[in-house]
Amino acid sequence: MANNDSTQRTLLVAVVLCIVCALVVASAAVMLKPAQVANKALDRKANILAAAGLLVPGESIEAQFEQVTTKIVDLRTGKFTDELALKGFEQAKVAKDTETSIALGDDDLAKIRRRENFAMVYLIGKDGNYDKVILPVRGYGLWSTLYGFLALENDFNTVAGLGFYEHGETPGLGGEVDNPKWKALWPGKEIYDDGDVAIQLVKGNVDSSTPGAANKVDALSGATLTSRGVSNLLQFWMGELGYQKFLSNLRSGEA
Amino acid sequence: MSTMREALTKPIIQNNPIALQILGICSALAVTSSLKVTLVMCISVTLVTAFSSFAVSLIRNQIPGSIRIIVQMVIIASLVIVVDQLLKAYAFAISKQLSVFVGLIITNCIVMGRAEGFAMKNPPLASFVDGIGNGLGYSVVLFSIAVVRELFGSGKLFGYEILPVVTDGGWYVPNGLLLLPPSAFFLIGIFIWVVRSVKKEQVEKAEFKITKNTRSVKEAF
Repeated sequence: MANNDSTQRTLLVAVVLCIVCALVVASAAVMLKPAQVANKALDRKANILAAAGLLVPGESIEAQFEQVTTKIVDLRTGKFTDELALKGFEQAKVAKDTETSIALGDDDLAKIRRRENFAMVYLIGKDGNYDKVILPVRGYGLWSTLYGFLALENDFNTVAGLGFYEHGETPGLGGEVDNPKWKALWPGKEIYDDGDVAIQLVKGNVDSSTPGAANKVDALSGATLTSRGVSNLLQFWMGELGYQKFLSNLRSGEA
Repeated sequence: MSTMREALTKPIIQNNPIALQILGICSALAVTSSLKVTLVMCISVTLVTAFSSFAVSLIRNQIPGSIRIIVQMVIIASLVIVVDQLLKAYAFAISKQLSVFVGLIITNCIVMGRAEGFAMKNPPLASFVDGIGNGLGYSVVLFSIAVVRELFGSGKLFGYEILPVVTDGGWYVPNGLLLLPPSAFFLIGIFIWVVRSVKKEQVEKAEFKITKNTRSVKEAF
């Protein structure tokens, strides 16, 4: 046993163990990757449907997703574009590439540093006659970037639903962005007031007697910074640099 | 062979890791609000404990004393990552609910405790069985807590409605406290109380006693 405690022996055991463990972990990660990617894609589709309030539990998500049209929008012009292929489009990659994104300086409300010029949006309905539009949004909360979908009704102003599919906020506090009760506060709220982005989270209950109730949602209790993050990210993505142009084009039928 | 059986069954009630050794409380609080999640957590912890004990025991004679804790940690951490990856691939919805708690199996004191306390001194097979046993002991406690919490907290068992709750038009007013982690503290406390009332030998000796008054009240003043 004494032999075990020599420096060489210690180093040898440490190195061999690390290599073996690394191999086990790496092979598990590589072999299970395809199944995980498929799960993530399916989950994303489920989230898109859920944000629009269209998800029927128990039915095939693939089949339900057939009612959704996926398109790419050029955020600079606010119009649909064919510049980038739909297949293989990864918004995260586009956002990182300096050629297809812009750096945000003082306008970086959502704290995302760069904004992509192209966004993948999801539409329910056929050409020009859309029932709902579902937009990907993201922004920094307290600990993490929140990734989610905002669904709007066909006036492109009224919220149909909001849901986040990935975040690392404090469970029980900021994590309550996933709470169905809180999410149920969103449908019916209005994004714009006289053409300005007015949607925001406020402290305290919002009822019909609150001034500007249509644009206000009760913030998450105990999660001031997460709530502020949600407010900011919505204001950013609904604003000039976000989907505002696209939404007004949709409204006038020029997208 | 009897020692094997003992290693398997003893930790379930007699030497329960949560009730007697008071290990692994943290995850017992966090994941017991619904049975489905609890079940997956129990399976994961049992497998990790068993296989990490097995692996540690396999190389127990090679491990230098100075880095033995780190060696155990590395083995446990690797296994936990594998479990996490498996869950993400085959039980995505549940892995999302368990979120950080799968990763936190690494810090579950039971896994570490068995590796250090049993596997370092016993042959691989016995260590494996001991790991399973302790995992089952952990599961017994988690399960009983989860049954109470889900049944009285949301009126369901495994997601199936047992007590129709008021918000869905039933008659049962659910106890909101049970959905919050602190309620598990009370339940674990009650569990330990019940076990120790039945098995008196588990009651620890008091570390000190308050002595009787030696002077009468009159003398004292």
